Amino acid sequence: MTQPIATNEQNPRPLVRRHHWIVRLTHWATVIVLAGMIASGLQIYEAYARFGNRGGPYFVSPFDGTQFPHWSRLGGWLAGALNWHFALAWPLTAFGLLYLGYLVRSGEWRALLFRPRDVPGAIEMTKYYLHLRREHPPQGKHNPLQKLAYTGVIGLGALAVLTGFAIYKPTQLAWLTALFGGFQAARFWHFWIVWIFVGFTIMHVILVFAVDPASLRAMLTGSYRGRFPSHE
Amino acid sequence: MSDATSHEVDRRTFLGLGVAAGAGALVAACGWDGGSLVRPGLWSISRVNDWVGENILFSPTRLARSYPPSERSAALPSYFISSTMPMLRDPAAWRLRVDGLVEQPLELAIDDLMRMPRVSYTVKHHCVEGWSAIASWHGVPVSAIVQRCRPTKAARYISFASFDADYSNGWDMASAMHPQTILAYGMNDNPLPASHGAPLRLYSPTKLGYKLTKYLVSMTFTDQRPGGYWEDQGYPWFAGI
Repeated sequence: MTQPIATNEQNPRPLVRRHHWIVRLTHWATVIVLAGMIASGLQIYEAYARFGNRGGPYFVSPFDGTQFPHWSRLGGWLAGALNWHFALAWPLTAFGLLYLGYLVRSGEWRALLFRPRDVPGAIEMTKYYLHLRREHPPQGKHNPLQKLAYTGVIGLGALAVLTGFAIYKPTQLAWLTALFGGFQAARFWHFWIVWIFVGFTIMHVILVFAVDPASLRAMLTGSYRGRFPSHE
Repeated sequence: MSDATSHEVDRRTFLGLGVAAGAGALVAACGWDGGSLVRPGLWSISRVNDWVGENILFSPTRLARSYPPSERSAALPSYFISSTMPMLRDPAAWRLRVDGLVEQPLELAIDDLMRMPRVSYTVKHHCVEGWSAIASWHGVPVSAIVQRCRPTKAARYISFASFDADYSNGWDMASAMHPQTILAYGMNDNPLPASHGAPLRLYSPTKLGYKLTKYLVSMTFTDQRPGGYWEDQGYPWFAGI
């Protein structure tokens, strides 16, 4: 039988509220919707698996002519994939705007936004991860490298939506398409944003389990009992 | 972890993971194009997107960018749905039939069309597959035909039909009246080649390629939204770009 006092000494950290329900909802909804966007996108890609006008010149890309594995594609054929892609674009954008709206209203953007003053801290964190410094640098809710990653991935999400519109309406939104360097360049960026997302997600999941497993529970239930502060 | 709160949390975690797994299984199970369960929903959303494209994003006056003829692509792929390239047995007997909800039905030969106002432009062609290519097109604006046939007030759509099997497309009136929507009898300074829909095809840089009916035989004004070859199979109906 465990004595309550002993338990408290083993686990002295208080259970704190860390993530608002809007943050948790938009996080997991985005996971599901984005998976569908990527899978239908890979099916759409198959119809013209290169970047550049017919007859070239083509952008340099290691995925020229690639057909992605069947399990990774959604929609079955081009029309099916397009309908998935254009349907899922609504919840993707809606959840994105809901999340951004929450960040602004709650002021939580302050804990997330990477700013120039975070540069020295980011260097210290990098040293820690490279074992060039022994103790974990002190931090608020997120360390400077996390801020860099989260700020970057939010910007990437915005770019994914904007390049999507540039491909969707290259005549009506010609200014946007031109901003990304034209129709084929917009396709190129839209495609490569996916692989940056995939890279981010792999690192994100590895770091959750390696550094702060308690944060997984926090993102599911909102409550956190981990080693890092929950406020700035 | 033996207190009630932890059990509560475990259950919620478990439920959360279960919902995610369920959604994943659902998508995997209906991987094709949504299956009979999801496909009607996807098609309904596609109609919403058509509405947004037609009523919010489409401008009846904004012109697509044009290019100098020197930027024409070396090749522009083309296709037909018949087993062999559709060709007229007697090209001289060909007429474009303009009928439906109009005050003045018309039968127009190529010479008649060539005597009407002429529009020429060099624009980028966008295929739904994702490729693009630049070419020049020469023809008569659909708006000039509309002036001649005088559609009734009830006419809201045009159905363009071809002699390439049962290939056809339905168009909304606003897109058809766009100044760059033409019936093209020429391409890259030459008569329209058979591979691109001779003797006459619909062209516009504001639509995806599959809306640009080749091998035209008629345009019929209607009050009902006409279907189309690819549209009926699930491709977006409006397909404005």
